[in-house]
Amino acid sequence: MVKKELVLDLKQKARELRREILTMIYNAQSGHPGGSLSAIDMLVGLYYYKLKIDPKNPMWPDRDRFVLSKGHCSPALYTVLADKGYFSKSEIEGYRKIGRMLQGHPELSTPGVDFAGGSLGQGISFALGIALACKLDKKTCNVYAMLGDGEIQEGIVWESSMAASFYKLDNMIVILDKNQVQQTGKVKDVMDVGNVNLKWKAFGWNVIDINGHDMQQIVKALDKASKMKNKRPTMIISNTIKGKGVSFMELNHKFHGKAPNEEEYKSAIEEIDKIDVKKFK
Amino acid sequence: MPEQKAATRDGYGKALLELGKINLNVVALDADLSDSTRSEYFGKQFPDRFFSMGIAEQDMIGAAAGLAFSGKIVYASTFAIFSERAFEFVRNIISRNKLNVKIAGSHSGIATGEDGKSAQATEDIAIYRALPNMVVLQPSDAIEAEKMVLALADYKGPSYMRMHRNPVPIIHDANYSFEIGKGEILREGEDALILSTGTLVHESLKAAEILEKENMNVYVANISTIKPIDKGLIIDIAKKTNFVITAEDHNVIGGLGGAVAELLSEEYPCRMKRIGIQDRYAESGKPDELYKKYGLDAASIAEEVIKFVSKKG
Repeated sequence: MVKKELVLDLKQKARELRREILTMIYNAQSGHPGGSLSAIDMLVGLYYYKLKIDPKNPMWPDRDRFVLSKGHCSPALYTVLADKGYFSKSEIEGYRKIGRMLQGHPELSTPGVDFAGGSLGQGISFALGIALACKLDKKTCNVYAMLGDGEIQEGIVWESSMAASFYKLDNMIVILDKNQVQQTGKVKDVMDVGNVNLKWKAFGWNVIDINGHDMQQIVKALDKASKMKNKRPTMIISNTIKGKGVSFMELNHKFHGKAPNEEEYKSAIEEIDKIDVKKFK
Repeated sequence: MPEQKAATRDGYGKALLELGKINLNVVALDADLSDSTRSEYFGKQFPDRFFSMGIAEQDMIGAAAGLAFSGKIVYASTFAIFSERAFEFVRNIISRNKLNVKIAGSHSGIATGEDGKSAQATEDIAIYRALPNMVVLQPSDAIEAEKMVLALADYKGPSYMRMHRNPVPIIHDANYSFEIGKGEILREGEDALILSTGTLVHESLKAAEILEKENMNVYVANISTIKPIDKGLIIDIAKKTNFVITAEDHNVIGGLGGAVAELLSEEYPCRMKRIGIQDRYAESGKPDELYKKYGLDAASIAEEVIKFVSKKG
């Protein structure tokens, strides 16, 4: 059982990083707030609790890998990586600016980045390749990947899901950030992805279904997934809300890829600061 | 002594197998065409290092990239045409990240024959050439294909190697030394320069023999690295002849013809003729019938060269 204090610490970290995500996108006046806010609790669970990593040695061969397939949610990843010390926090202000390190979508040249995203669906096939290499080299590390629910409309996701099962990759753990909304509307209206739980079960995966904003459930799911080792890949269906934590961004597709203006930014920060982390989920 | 023949894909399979024996870091993937691409030679010998990806080229390219990111030397093969299905994966994961993946596309060109339009890739050089960081190669015979596979193992970066279905004459001996970026003069002359690549190297050599009977002596060069192209060789000989012809089983747009036109128009403008597929799709048929009909056989090349050079002045 994970200690309550630890979970509370993680929740506080997530609140702090929600603030940074919004500030980063506001300063750049460009970026994707909705999916970054839905993903951040899981990223905190991964980077501050689960992943076996060393920020001083980003390319440590035995590290756990994290592939952010939904690369537009780079603000969530960058705030975490900066906070973990992969690079200086001063880089954050250069996000999406010419001549600076932090590109709109992650690049492998940024320390701590294990996948250069931006084209949806590709991350899962890349994670599959890493997982195959790790098995070949008899490494004990795990390969984590995060996809969005709009993203799984891409056929590649199902090609890779079939292959991960075929190659019995129990070192591969995929998280579906099921935030229900994509660029032009609700996922169920743009192209309904149906019962994803049944779909991945039918593809031969272990499936864990959780509330992806409930830190207690996140750490429990990550523990369970990383210990599964039953010759099957694992899917964590992380039920989330796009824009979580900022009421006017929640489930609002307009904030998929739009930066808040000054008024919106101030009001968003106010809301974040008022979050009661004990009750947040 | 009868002419020895082999397909470039045979050279690929043979060299990949040899490479597998000496380098344990080499892995290979295929998308249900390993018998045709010959990657099965490697697959049968090293099943642990061979990944059958099913009929899923995008997944093959994505997984190849992940393996390369993990330090493997990766060879991924399928038909040239189907590699194009994963083009945006090649662009966004492999070339963008300079990952060490060697893509091998077999059954390229209209010489693929009877399967018809759907199987005849005649734009692959053009698209891969437009990607930064990519090396683009096309062997002229099985020996050169073998040497390329070995040279690529020592080259760290993305590449596309274009291969062919049908046996062609062996024009290199076992001591041939292939170097990425170097062209090869196969025949010297003074009246014109034929720059050829892949299967058209053989047609160009035969065309040179026909031209000799017409009292024309032409250079024939094998441009087996299309990117980075051998600027020095091409400009040097262009200066000697002032008539440059390119010959390839590929669209004249963006292939060897495109690459040479780009180079010469900037560095040494001179008369140029591009022989290849004239921006259209071909059809089913026997490879030699198709080459004749679409103007890629030795007789058609010779005829074009005569017409081109006689317009002189």
